[in-house]
Amino acid sequence: MIIKQLLIGMTASVIAVSSYVEMAIADLKFPMLVYRTGAYAPNGIPNADGFVDYYKMINARDGGIGGEKILHPECETGYKTQVGVECYEKNKKNAMVFQPMSTGITYQLIPKATADGVTVYSTGYGRTSAANGKVFKWIFNAPVTYWDGASIAIRHILKNNLGNIKGKKIALVYHNSAYGKEPIRTLETLSKKHGFKLMLLPVDHPGQEQKATWLKIRKARPDNVLMWGWGVMNQVAVKSAASIKFPMDKFIGIWWSGSENDVLPAGQGAHGYKSLTFNAPGTNFQVHADIKKYVHDKGQASGDGSHFGTVLYNRGLFQAMVQVEAAVVAQKIHGTSKITPAMYRDGMENVNLSAKRLEELGFKDFAPPFKNSCENHGGSGLAAVQQWDAKAKKWNMITEYMYGDSDVVQKLIAEDSSKYAAEQKIAERCG
Amino acid sequence: MSVELLNFIETVLNGLMSGVMYSLVALGFVLIFKASGVFNFAQGVFALFAALTLVGYQTGQVPFAHLINELFGTNYHNWYASMPNFLAILLTMITMIALAWIIERLVLKHLVNQDPIILFMATIGLAFALEGVGDLMWGSDVKVLDVGIPSGGSIWLEEATIGLAAEGSDYYGMYVDVLNIWATVIAVILVVSLAIFSQYTKTGRALRAVADDHQAALSVGISLRSIWILVWAISGFIAMVAGIMWGTESGVQFSLSLIALKALPVLILGGFTSIPGAIIGGLLIGVGEKLAEIYIGGYFETGALENWFAYVMALVFLLFRPQGLFGDKIIERV
Repeated sequence: MIIKQLLIGMTASVIAVSSYVEMAIADLKFPMLVYRTGAYAPNGIPNADGFVDYYKMINARDGGIGGEKILHPECETGYKTQVGVECYEKNKKNAMVFQPMSTGITYQLIPKATADGVTVYSTGYGRTSAANGKVFKWIFNAPVTYWDGASIAIRHILKNNLGNIKGKKIALVYHNSAYGKEPIRTLETLSKKHGFKLMLLPVDHPGQEQKATWLKIRKARPDNVLMWGWGVMNQVAVKSAASIKFPMDKFIGIWWSGSENDVLPAGQGAHGYKSLTFNAPGTNFQVHADIKKYVHDKGQASGDGSHFGTVLYNRGLFQAMVQVEAAVVAQKIHGTSKITPAMYRDGMENVNLSAKRLEELGFKDFAPPFKNSCENHGGSGLAAVQQWDAKAKKWNMITEYMYGDSDVVQKLIAEDSSKYAAEQKIAERCG
Repeated sequence: MSVELLNFIETVLNGLMSGVMYSLVALGFVLIFKASGVFNFAQGVFALFAALTLVGYQTGQVPFAHLINELFGTNYHNWYASMPNFLAILLTMITMIALAWIIERLVLKHLVNQDPIILFMATIGLAFALEGVGDLMWGSDVKVLDVGIPSGGSIWLEEATIGLAAEGSDYYGMYVDVLNIWATVIAVILVVSLAIFSQYTKTGRALRAVADDHQAALSVGISLRSIWILVWAISGFIAMVAGIMWGTESGVQFSLSLIALKALPVLILGGFTSIPGAIIGGLLIGVGEKLAEIYIGGYFETGALENWFAYVMALVFLLFRPQGLFGDKIIERV
């Protein structure tokens, strides 16, 4: 009798567990590689909070994507490449998409994810030539790449110098990593094209000490300084520039060097510092109202909710929105809500975020429209320049969204991706 | 004077100033090592924790607010708008003393007579635990630290040196950050105070006795445990000073704990047991890395010598003088 009861119990448990597993598989898994601890946590936390709040809002407001709940397990990478790869291996089963939040991790995941058939979405970071969808089937970096960023910064400088920067000196202060080195090739090409002299100034991780770098800048007196920094490197650089009285309106950071964190420690000294951006700061958008209503007001904000509306939080919202939209598109293409990772990739490749669609999603005027295609995984290539107002403690957009030098960028992307295709023996697709 | 020579002097000056900042961190290591033979890996985290606590007190942040709100569904963040600097510093000092006492009670007391490597491993654990507690208590955001120390290039020095360059040369004076000048003054005051304390006070003499020989000190009635608490409290105070200086420069954030890595080559150079060694070692490292970055860096494709050149210098010293410039000579009796 006891044995019979035990057997019934065990069978019931097995059925319950299997149906739970099946249910879990039916959900859409968006693993998050985050860094909420360590040297880069001040940037990693608001970004991750943006992702989580958006996913929670979609689950609460819409009941998930096409009725399928979003699962978003977090894996802490500490911005360490090796740990990021381990996180990927741990979470890759049934994963729709990975957002590595690190160029170093992205480089490592490109061959792995391609072999595993998992989509990697590195929003405005990672390997620039992955924008070529003919070679990088599973990798996306829309809406804008680092090479676009470098050429947009130069375009802005050109505009401020009446189109002539011949003989000018432009310094690049960069994080001495795969991320920081990414724009060098474009800037070298652009320096030949426009006749400016390029100074390369690497800063080692984490960038707490940069005195020699800024002494060099003080001596060389470049006309402009560009920065590809992350974490404490940004804060020290902005403060050091202010300390040597470098004109802040001639100091332009990439979009990862333009958050509130980067300028607040320098106080009034940071006034006038510029950075590129591909999304707006602030909370005056429908998506914020929805998050407030469905997440924050119910006491379910990620973290303490204090990053709501900051640059990196908003970027997290944008990144999450694109990932969710890719699932929506995939469900439409394949006529099922229960999409597979391969179906999800099709969705990402056909994302079309027009101005109308952005408005529908609550992102009106939040970011410029873009669409992916089989050939183009890099989006629109549009970015704007924002400037820090230290008195009001806020970023102001000072330009329209603009394109970079597509002649230069597209040629470099074609060269680099062809080289990669030859090395990896990848046949180009898209007809 | 030629502009090149003036630039060279400027580099050396800035190197010396940076060196003082490294010495501030190294001093804490030396004190604890001298008194207890423990290489305190957590010294960088001490500086971070002190700076976090100071900003927390200054801004009236509720400690563990996130945890409290999560557990009890409350919404506490701040309990007052601001606190005067001197009061916040005083409270931070008391917190660091309390921390020293807790460390002695929970960790050191249980590891008396253990091998140095065990104590070292304990401090590694302590570093991670303290970093986690700091995160839970005060959060991971970048915090602005302002205790009224001015920063930015010294205008006085710029104006005083602008005329030194040869006429017609394009030179606009020497640059030194005022914050670094303050750090130098504070470091000098610290070292002098420590010297007076250890030479002319009863407790200071007891501290030196413990540093020289634990057993002998115990045999004349010196309480090893109170001396350990005292030493850890002093190094907590030094960590607070280092945390204020570094935190003012970069904002208070978790990368601050990595400044301990800057102190390692300083200790190797100056010796683990010498306070003057920590100062001289810091100055040498500071000057060495700045000169290397500016005058040799250009010859390396990858650049960024500033971070690793200090370790090259330390390695060279290790080969020829393992005990460092001022460290006690290592004598092994067989």
